[in-house]
Amino acid sequence: MSAVDGMSFEEAIRELEAVVGKLERGDVALDESIALYERGAALRARCEKKLAEAEEKVARITLSADGQPTGTTPLDAG
Amino acid sequence: MDLFEDEPPAASGNQPEFTVSELSGAVKRVIEGEFGLVRVRGEVGRVSRPASGHLYLDLKDDRSVLAGIIWKGRAQLLSTRPEEGMEVVATGRLTTFPGQSKYQMIIEDIAPAGVGALMAMLEKRRVALAAEGLFDAARKRPLPFLPEVIGVVTSPSGAVIRDILHRLRDRFPRRVLVWPVAVQGNACAPEVARAIAGFNALAPGGAIPRPDLVIVARGGGSVEDLWGFNEEIVVRAAAASAIPLISAVGHETDTTLIDFAADRRAPTPTAAAELAVPVRLDLVAGVADLGARAGRALAQGLGQRQTRLRDLGRVLPRAEALLDPARQRLDALDGRLPLALRAVTAVKRVALADMALRPGLLRRALTGERERLAGLAARLDPALVRLLRDKGEVARTRGARLRLPVLEADLERRRAALDAVVRRLADRAGRAQDQRRARLAALEQVRLTLGYQATLARGYAVVRGDGAVVSGVAAAQAAGALEIQFADGRLAIGGRSAPRKAAREEPPEQGTLL
Repeated sequence: MSAVDGMSFEEAIRELEAVVGKLERGDVALDESIALYERGAALRARCEKKLAEAEEKVARITLSADGQPTGTTPLDAG
Repeated sequence: MDLFEDEPPAASGNQPEFTVSELSGAVKRVIEGEFGLVRVRGEVGRVSRPASGHLYLDLKDDRSVLAGIIWKGRAQLLSTRPEEGMEVVATGRLTTFPGQSKYQMIIEDIAPAGVGALMAMLEKRRVALAAEGLFDAARKRPLPFLPEVIGVVTSPSGAVIRDILHRLRDRFPRRVLVWPVAVQGNACAPEVARAIAGFNALAPGGAIPRPDLVIVARGGGSVEDLWGFNEEIVVRAAAASAIPLISAVGHETDTTLIDFAADRRAPTPTAAAELAVPVRLDLVAGVADLGARAGRALAQGLGQRQTRLRDLGRVLPRAEALLDPARQRLDALDGRLPLALRAVTAVKRVALADMALRPGLLRRALTGERERLAGLAARLDPALVRLLRDKGEVARTRGARLRLPVLEADLERRRAALDAVVRRLADRAGRAQDQRRARLAALEQVRLTLGYQATLARGYAVVRGDGAVVSGVAAAQAAGALEIQFADGRLAIGGRSAPRKAAREEPPEQGTLL
């Protein structure tokens, strides 16, 4: 099992879905079902973290005279 | 014209003479004066772009050709690059080129002649780019489910970027990087192409974050307004983008070539934002739902196991209960035991009382048994003696039969029989020997009688010459030495003592004879 930290939202929610599916089928041993639940909780936390990182940050690329990007500057598009 | 045709001879005399340059100059002035501003429609013929930067092209229709030039400075500003076969309207002025006796058009602007012509050209270009595989479905990349950074190539001011940001904010606020470009005019295509390539060129984790999704957007406009997004450099940049790219150019009904090269086409900039990110609240609800389902599933799993355990526990009997029947049986037997013992004792006691056990009776019985024992003992000794005697008798009889003389007599008898046989054998052999000896003597007698030696005894002699028997005079004369054999010996006649020896001395003669 790969580390939950560093997973993208999509990776985390895909595995979470798989974990929940497994738990709901109910054909896993008790020990395993508890381990699965713990894994699911970690994945859920990861998903929620990624969802919490919903910050709007709009910037505009600044260009040099020959059109090369030099940096960013805040953009207020209104 | 009429004037020239009517009086050509008369005019010849007093017409002024021009130099070639004077005439060319006059023609130039007339032409430039007359055609200072013209619009001409035609098909673009041969196009050449020499290093000078000027653009030379022919305009033609089915009968005539007009040479055209677009000076370098103008050529760079054109919104449409003229291509061979394109139906165009050119605006400019006519002039002459006296050095080659040519007239030509200096073109200030050139534009496709109507939408039909533009579309025909667009279709041609689309087919050519499609043939290269730039629009293949296999090239399309899936969009990321939730991009962290979204790059937007568009004008930094205006409704488009506002619409996109709005919709992103509604759905899932993200980091947005706007790469400002001109969205129409001549600068549009090169800037858009450079922006797409520029986003791709950003290093992951660099000072400017590299987007994981790019949106190329522009609001609605005329075909000409959107033309930059049909340019080949833009199409190629979009096709080459390693970052998934959404095109959102114009309104839903507008189609530009970048739409074919993009990984997804959005009908409007707002729709592009919807394609770009999922709705955050949906995801929050979805994750919460998954969490709840996980909890329920675990609880249910535990509950099921608990129920099962309880059910099984109920079915399992108590250890006490297992022992109860045995204990009850023990109790029952325990109660009956004293009674049974008492009953048995009572019965036996009655029987004992009935038996009337008296000493006299016992003594009589004892005496009787003792007498029987004495009787048996008395019979025991004689029986033993008799048994010994009988066995001894048998042993003796067997021993007597085993005596030596009997064996010796037998041996003697067999030896005599053997002697008789041997004797008979010797007799018979001796007799046969005698008979053979007598027969041999008789045969010897006959032999002697028939042989010549017996004749010698009666006075005959044998003559030999050189070892062989000589039976005539001729042979005797021929022989070197003669030998006469009598009954009692041999006599040699002649020079040689022994014919045998002589024979040995003359081997060469013999060899010759042979």
